[in-house]
Amino acid sequence: MITLRNMCLSALVVLAGSIFLAMAAAQGNATNSLAPFLTRPASAARIPDANGFMQRWLILEPIPVNGQTEGLVRAAVKTEYFPDQFTVIPHDGDKVTVDGKELFWHAVDTNDYNLNLYYFARAFGKTSDNALFWAVTIVNCPQDMPGVRLAIGSNAASVWWVNGKEVTGIYGDRQTVIDDGVSKHLTLNKGPNVVRCAVVNGSGASDFCARFLDKDEKPLKGFILTIGGTKQP
Amino acid sequence: MNPIHHTRSFRIAKLVSLLMLFLAIWALPPFALDGLVQIHDPSTIMQCDGKYYTYGTGSGSLVSDDGWTWRRGVYPRSGGGYGSGAAPDVIHIGDRYYLYVTAGGIRMIWSKTLDPNSPDYKWEDGGIVASKESPDDFMNPIDPGLLLDPDGKLWLTYGSYFGYIRVAQLDPKTGKRVDPNDKPVNIAINCEASDMIYHDGWYYLLATHGSCCRGADSGYNIRVGRSKKPTGPFIDHTGLDMLKGGGKLVVGSGGRFIGPGHFGLLDLGAGVQKFSMHYEADLDRGGASVLDIRPLLWKDGWPVAGENMKEGTYEIESVRTGTALELAVEGVPVGGRRTGRGGGAGIGVPSALAGGRAGQGTTGDPAQAAGAGGRGATIDPGRAGGTGGQNAQAAGAGAAGAGRGAGMFGGTGSPIPPQDVAEVSKNWSAGNIDIRMSNYMCQAQQKWAVTPVANAGGYFGSPYYRIAIAGTDRTLAVGEDGELVSLPAFTGGNEQLWRFDQLTDGTWRIMPKSASPGKESLALSAIGSSFAALAKFDPASNKQRWIFKTP
Repeated sequence: MITLRNMCLSALVVLAGSIFLAMAAAQGNATNSLAPFLTRPASAARIPDANGFMQRWLILEPIPVNGQTEGLVRAAVKTEYFPDQFTVIPHDGDKVTVDGKELFWHAVDTNDYNLNLYYFARAFGKTSDNALFWAVTIVNCPQDMPGVRLAIGSNAASVWWVNGKEVTGIYGDRQTVIDDGVSKHLTLNKGPNVVRCAVVNGSGASDFCARFLDKDEKPLKGFILTIGGTKQP
Repeated sequence: MNPIHHTRSFRIAKLVSLLMLFLAIWALPPFALDGLVQIHDPSTIMQCDGKYYTYGTGSGSLVSDDGWTWRRGVYPRSGGGYGSGAAPDVIHIGDRYYLYVTAGGIRMIWSKTLDPNSPDYKWEDGGIVASKESPDDFMNPIDPGLLLDPDGKLWLTYGSYFGYIRVAQLDPKTGKRVDPNDKPVNIAINCEASDMIYHDGWYYLLATHGSCCRGADSGYNIRVGRSKKPTGPFIDHTGLDMLKGGGKLVVGSGGRFIGPGHFGLLDLGAGVQKFSMHYEADLDRGGASVLDIRPLLWKDGWPVAGENMKEGTYEIESVRTGTALELAVEGVPVGGRRTGRGGGAGIGVPSALAGGRAGQGTTGDPAQAAGAGGRGATIDPGRAGGTGGQNAQAAGAGAAGAGRGAGMFGGTGSPIPPQDVAEVSKNWSAGNIDIRMSNYMCQAQQKWAVTPVANAGGYFGSPYYRIAIAGTDRTLAVGEDGELVSLPAFTGGNEQLWRFDQLTDGTWRIMPKSASPGKESLALSAIGSSFAALAKFDPASNKQRWIFKTP
């Protein structure tokens, strides 16, 4: 039965809900579900999947940018949008301010080979159109791993760093292809290694995937993925 | 016309013609091998202690350190003086090199080495292993060819135009007949210079048809039939038995080379096969009979002659990825970036970004997908979960808007010239530039000039080459870190020299000279879609297989 009291209660509930969602969005909480492609990390550490893909990342809510040509992408990723942009090791819920707007870092897991940035943005009330996503993960190695390559794919352009050194980039309006871009040989150090990327999307869907390949170009395993930390090694 | 003037003009014209001819010949890169390559009826090329040897009719002998540059060698002779003769063939079994030569029949001599400077260099006479079966036997016992098959059985084919080509079984331990009383089997007719090879369950009989020894008037050409047994019947691709004159063409005259004959297999391992032969006439060498080496390809179960690399400008495309080798520089669309997109703006064009993405109505919400005078690309969120959800291209072109010509698909209305590398390269770094791969877009950083390098040595069939961006000095090289890089200029170092081997499927293997001798065979290799590196050649993979396309 519809009564005035019920209507008032309903209105209050809706109002409260709206306020909660607005506050949640302001604090970086999801306004939409991360499902079906993403989840919140349920453990402290994670290993790469059977094909070596890294499925745990800290991702910053998207920064509006324009352009996917190599020159524009490189200009975009070199722009300092927030302090320590190239060295920060963020924690889940950390906040930065870009052009006067607060953006939050979010820890997410993907259960697929790729990480869907379209749904990531959507979950936090953002758009993946004309957007720059920063992502960071920590690769913890039991010993030095020399002669490996970082192999990535992204929709659309992306630039990648390992331990602060730019190692590969792919440009233009492109779809994610496994191992689309591959770095030169590099060494993962014993202990934590920071993998950082910037994905620049033009419009619509956006995602990326990343793994390391060993000397024989086979997926590299034997390391643990964590998020958060204090400094870049 | 004044006869005196005519004579002067004629002399001048003749002089100019001679000068032009000289310049043309001088400018020609070496093609059918280098050095002293004159030989007729060359034997199968043998490797011994790091050198390559072949022997021919009339005591012809050539030796090479690399398979490209040849010089005169020493012709084998046994203590009894045997060795000199016609059209020998050699095979290496165990610790012996068996040489079979026409000398009163097919005579065998053997040595533990082919190196005349070795203390083991001594040819022993093994006697006659095949001849006419009777004085009026319809056959001419010359032109031996040897095959050690996968079962360890040794086969000798021999014969010429007078009568049959025959096959006889030899003992690989002695090089002599297994049973001298076994009657050789007729397997072909109307040919000579036979040689048998084994491939994928088939025995192939290669023999030379046509006329010999007439220089540029020689009709020599190499043909083939195949059989499941070494004793035939050898049937060609039309079903014709070689005993009835059948034979599928492997290689005939072409270019400036006339009359190929005397096939000899060069199996380099790892799925790379080549073959030696002679041309009756190399027109660039005055019509002399010369040695050449060509790739051996296999198509539909039949051997065919491949090509050695030719100088030119190419797109170098990975078989694995379909992407093309390029400098890691920002490409510029041929004809320049469009300043309008169906009347609107091109993606990523700075001038277009000032007002937002004018002319492209792209959005994640189909309800908002109305393009403003341009493409109205929409996104189907249901497709956006994985890759490729973007740019669903759900909507076609919108109104042409203020675009040029006939709208966004109308072009400029006039031909667009090739990209000017001098212009676009102004934006390239002056130092080393990385190498990567990308979709081929006819852009300057994707066009590679392949040029033979004089006096840099070579390998079977070809000299080493330089690979540079066409119209520039920018050269592909192996960097100090072992990765690919482009150098601003060619300086001639081994790390800037490249070897091309056409593989049996017609694709190409590309190897740096610096990695060739004494090291594992590193080859240009596709890793992922957009990266190339050097990796050990794997014949079972398509990572190191490349296609050369004319841009």
